[in-house]
Amino acid sequence: MSTVSTAVNGKSVEAVQADVDPRTLLVEFIREHLRLTGTHVGCDTAQCGACTVHMNGRAVKSCSMLALQAQGADVTTIEGLAKDGALHPMQAAFHECHGLQCGFCTPGMVMSSVQLLADNPKATEQEIREALEGNLCRCTGYHNIVKAVQQCQAGGVPANA
Amino acid sequence: MNDMTQTDLGPIAKSVLRREDQRFLTGVGMYTDDVALPGQTYGVFLRSPHAHARIVAIDTAEAAKAPGVIRIFTGADLAEAKVGGLPCGWLIHSKDGSPMKEPPHPVLAQGKVRHVGDQVALVVAESVLQAKDAAELIVVDYEELPAVIEAVDALKPGAPQVHDNAPGNLIYDWEIGDGKAADAAIKKAAHVTRMQIHNNRLIPNAMEPRAALGVYDAAEDHFTCWTTSQNPHVARLVMSAFYNVAPEHKLRVIAPDVGGGFGSKIYIYPEEICCLWASKRAGVPVKWVADRTESFLADAHGRDHVTTVEMAFDKDNKITGLKVDTIANLGAYMSLFSSSVPTYLYATLLSGQYNIANIHCNVRTVYTNTAPVDAYRGAGRPEATYVVERMMETAARELGMSPAELRRKNFVKSFPHQTPVIMCYDAGDYNATLDAALKAADYDGFAKRKSAAAKKGKLRGMGLSCYIEACGIAPSAAVGSLGAGVGLWESAEVRVNPVGTVEILTGSHSHGQGHETTFTQLVSERFGLPTDNVQIIHGDTDKVQFGMGTYGSRSGAVGMSAIVKALDKVEGKAKKIAAHLLEADEGDIVIENGEVKVAGTDKKLGWHEVCLAAYTGHNLPAGMEPGLKEGAFYDPTNFTFPAGTYVCEVEVDPETGKTEVIQFVAADDFGTIINPMIVEGQVHGGITQGLGQALLENAVYDDNGQLLTASYMDYAMPRADDVPSYKLSTHETVCPGNPLGMKGCGEAGAIGSPPALINAITDAIGNNALAMPATPARVWAAING
Repeated sequence: MSTVSTAVNGKSVEAVQADVDPRTLLVEFIREHLRLTGTHVGCDTAQCGACTVHMNGRAVKSCSMLALQAQGADVTTIEGLAKDGALHPMQAAFHECHGLQCGFCTPGMVMSSVQLLADNPKATEQEIREALEGNLCRCTGYHNIVKAVQQCQAGGVPANA
Repeated sequence: MNDMTQTDLGPIAKSVLRREDQRFLTGVGMYTDDVALPGQTYGVFLRSPHAHARIVAIDTAEAAKAPGVIRIFTGADLAEAKVGGLPCGWLIHSKDGSPMKEPPHPVLAQGKVRHVGDQVALVVAESVLQAKDAAELIVVDYEELPAVIEAVDALKPGAPQVHDNAPGNLIYDWEIGDGKAADAAIKKAAHVTRMQIHNNRLIPNAMEPRAALGVYDAAEDHFTCWTTSQNPHVARLVMSAFYNVAPEHKLRVIAPDVGGGFGSKIYIYPEEICCLWASKRAGVPVKWVADRTESFLADAHGRDHVTTVEMAFDKDNKITGLKVDTIANLGAYMSLFSSSVPTYLYATLLSGQYNIANIHCNVRTVYTNTAPVDAYRGAGRPEATYVVERMMETAARELGMSPAELRRKNFVKSFPHQTPVIMCYDAGDYNATLDAALKAADYDGFAKRKSAAAKKGKLRGMGLSCYIEACGIAPSAAVGSLGAGVGLWESAEVRVNPVGTVEILTGSHSHGQGHETTFTQLVSERFGLPTDNVQIIHGDTDKVQFGMGTYGSRSGAVGMSAIVKALDKVEGKAKKIAAHLLEADEGDIVIENGEVKVAGTDKKLGWHEVCLAAYTGHNLPAGMEPGLKEGAFYDPTNFTFPAGTYVCEVEVDPETGKTEVIQFVAADDFGTIINPMIVEGQVHGGITQGLGQALLENAVYDDNGQLLTASYMDYAMPRADDVPSYKLSTHETVCPGNPLGMKGCGEAGAIGSPPALINAITDAIGNNALAMPATPARVWAAING
């Protein structure tokens, strides 16, 4: 067993510690050890993006790295995106544009969308579609997800979490 | 009357934002894998690496000693415990009268494995990693047998036999319609269009993989199964009836938040039965969550039809006959409803939107060494629509006629319309949706766009699809007469609390469809209540008495009809109480804006006052029982018939064969709509799955039965940059068959879009012979072949 400690959703590195099998993936650490189950596992080949979280300000697929690689890092999951009970503008835009149906891909899709506008605040529709290429959704056909990103874009660029 | 119904419902048709979004957007949704119980253990299935093999021996001794292992179960354990096999719930008879061949479908393999991924053993351990490590230590001695993969090959003499008691791998040889009449029409025809059509095998791929958590409570002698189900009550019924695990009253099935279904979560699978059964044997809760590769290997697949079709026209280009011969691959075992998909959900829709006097369809279904095939979004109706709409477009090209005009000429124009293949279409206006789609797509401006594209070296094409589907299946007595093992009604209960808040318990199950929002709209509108005062409860057999679940676009037309019936009863009782309290005539009482009033006077009570009076029982009409709670079962009087026209425009690069979807237009008739935003979302998703089938997705097995497309690296799911934004519109004709006039919208997109896309590409490249998916390699070959 190895000890992993990371800062998660505003809790300090010292506050978040667990002993894990060294093979434990970051997503398993988040879901099973921290019981933050908003981050989902939709595949086993780092293709679907349902496990996307932010680490040190960058969107990463938490299924494609070990928990130990997040040692000392600052991690934000979907549970940490809303501040003081107010939805992040991207979360609000997904709600207002009906950018989610079953909700399973949604946390990863929202985290990737926040990153995409941080990287490219003036993204065109085509650029939005290309930037979300690493997140699969089976319900929405992406139509309203793209609209949500555009609405968030029109309302000002949200800061990266 | 129908028009009035629609007008009365006018205010309901609002795009109310979804109340379920908050939990999903903040990460506090509760899917099966999110449930964590004290002492929970983890199940991992050892699966067959071979498509067809005899199991000579299984040695679990080493694995049982591995760290963390609690128990290991094999088929022998289940046989000893007399745990039954998986049934097929729809009995089809061959045309010679014999019942379909349904060999046993064991929960864990008994002596043989029949497809890659067939489950052989269950390892229960303290962690997933320990269970996986132990599974690798199980030694299975397989004697490999020859395998058969393609449906056509399975019917050939000398083909490997998947089951001993299904000779020639034939499950049934079924027919519908009048073969002699169809032959005569073809013989007399002025023109006959002929095609060979393959409807490619798909893998549903709901984003949440299947999962199950079985729990046995020894104190109560009671089981609970959390599972990713579209129909938890049907799951409980089947589990208790067939598996000797728990009777219904000692089994609670909970389908909490479910991350998409698309049909693949209708069926009862071996894994949930194993986890449930093992939880008592091992004495611990057992959770299993599929990894994605398992989903590819062991979820029920969809489609996989090979069809030969002939369509006859007279000299006026009217269709006079249609003859269809289909071979459907149902995989290694019968799944729960697999037999109904290529028969009553397919051949009964072959009349399309058209007036066709003579239709005959023959269907042979076969066993192969592949994963079982069952309903996937649309289930039979996409296959029928693909046959009819590819034929219409191809015939128009052969006849030198506009594809739109050939369709228009043959449309059914008066209703009700009885087709020669069971269905009686109740209402529709096919010209209206065709006109709307052509206008939205700027059909008339296409020639100009085509020549502009040609100047850039691109081939532009346009394709149509005028689909019809049958939803809300159907009167229970009718489906029973066709072989269904269940009724297809729905139930609802309306519980009004003493303070006037309302709980709706529904047998429908939402796994993305937004029922909590739409159903609340219905109730809130009816009594003028704030939406916060309405709660929708579903997915738990301990809360909801019974239900048939959600599939086949049935939750509006059937599920909401049951709610309406129960609301009618509640309203009737509330009015009686109010009339009594207000000393008025019951017929003068109206309920609006949260008040119960005597029409034309200022006498009124608050809704909550009437509800409280119902529960205090201090002053009720003579003989009335206290309380305000009513239930209803609604059995449809007919199928519903959503229909519409889809237009797709593509540009093909002749150098690479790559297709770009330039625009996609949908004009749909779903009957009454409660929440247009949610309906549009359903169409967006359906179209994308249909474009996925036509452009990208394909389940491919090699000759040895290895699934080559067993991950997202190889199975091409539609991604955001594969599809455009869509142009949608709706054009209602009210369905006369249910109180709300609803038809259903969940499957239309997936049904109507594949032929529109392939018709567009074949128009662009000038070659009708193109199979789905239209990969660049295939399109390039069709251009250059």
